[in-house]
Amino acid sequence: MARMKFLCDAERCIECNGCVTACKQEHEIPWGVNRRRVVTLNDGLPGEKSISVACMHCSDAPCMAVCPVDCFYKTSEGVVLHDKDLCIGCGYCFYACPFGAPQFPQDGAFGLRGKMDKCTFCAGGPETDHSQVEFKKYGRNRLAEGKLPACAEMCSTKALIGGDGDVVADIYRTRVTTRGKGAEVWGWGTAYGKAETQRPPQTGTK
Amino acid sequence: MKRILMISAIAIAAAGLAGCGEKPTVTVYKQGKYQGKPDNVPWQGPQFNNNQTEWEKAIKARTIGQNEYVRVGS
Repeated sequence: MARMKFLCDAERCIECNGCVTACKQEHEIPWGVNRRRVVTLNDGLPGEKSISVACMHCSDAPCMAVCPVDCFYKTSEGVVLHDKDLCIGCGYCFYACPFGAPQFPQDGAFGLRGKMDKCTFCAGGPETDHSQVEFKKYGRNRLAEGKLPACAEMCSTKALIGGDGDVVADIYRTRVTTRGKGAEVWGWGTAYGKAETQRPPQTGTK
Repeated sequence: MKRILMISAIAIAAAGLAGCGEKPTVTVYKQGKYQGKPDNVPWQGPQFNNNQTEWEKAIKARTIGQNEYVRVGS
């Protein structure tokens, strides 16, 4: 049985926010709610790193542990989901989550905190698959279509990869062993080829 | 004087030992029991007709497709 996981390769992420846009578009997420976002460390400095963050579908999810109404459940594929009919919007899960994944849309005439919304790994929720109710509450159910999350599949540099944890780990291992480390990963050699493979400039030309 | 010193030494020793009786303060969270509606598995829809193997194959193909070293050759 697959254990669904996300992995973001900080060496590849270019902070394009394509994953954020893909997620918003796929699930028609309201203004002010970001199921996924890109965080940049040392912004503007050489060697800055960006990473795309959403619910990490923890194996021992703290949100599940602290929820006072027990509205969380974990699917057989390891995806952490919740029932919005039960959620009371208390915000405990937000305090417990180390990634700040739970989001709370404004609801009602006075902008009250609505029911919690978070990344579903594009697996919908506890409603009939592909129904209008499921889409409205949880977004599209791509897993039931045999597809992976929109954010990972849309990532232009394939920094964000998702799917079965074992396969994801294999992909990342291949990538790391192929590209090397440190200065080998980015810089002149990566962009224009190694010095020894480049042709010397011809004499007498500009 | 000797007595006062002895009493204070006993008091300090008792206070020091009191620290050993400290209870663990790390909370162990218990997993909640889901109270909501049941959810069906992703391969139950019309596309996979309850065929889990087909669904897993489709997902695996998609996941491997993210590895461009395999897709275009390294």
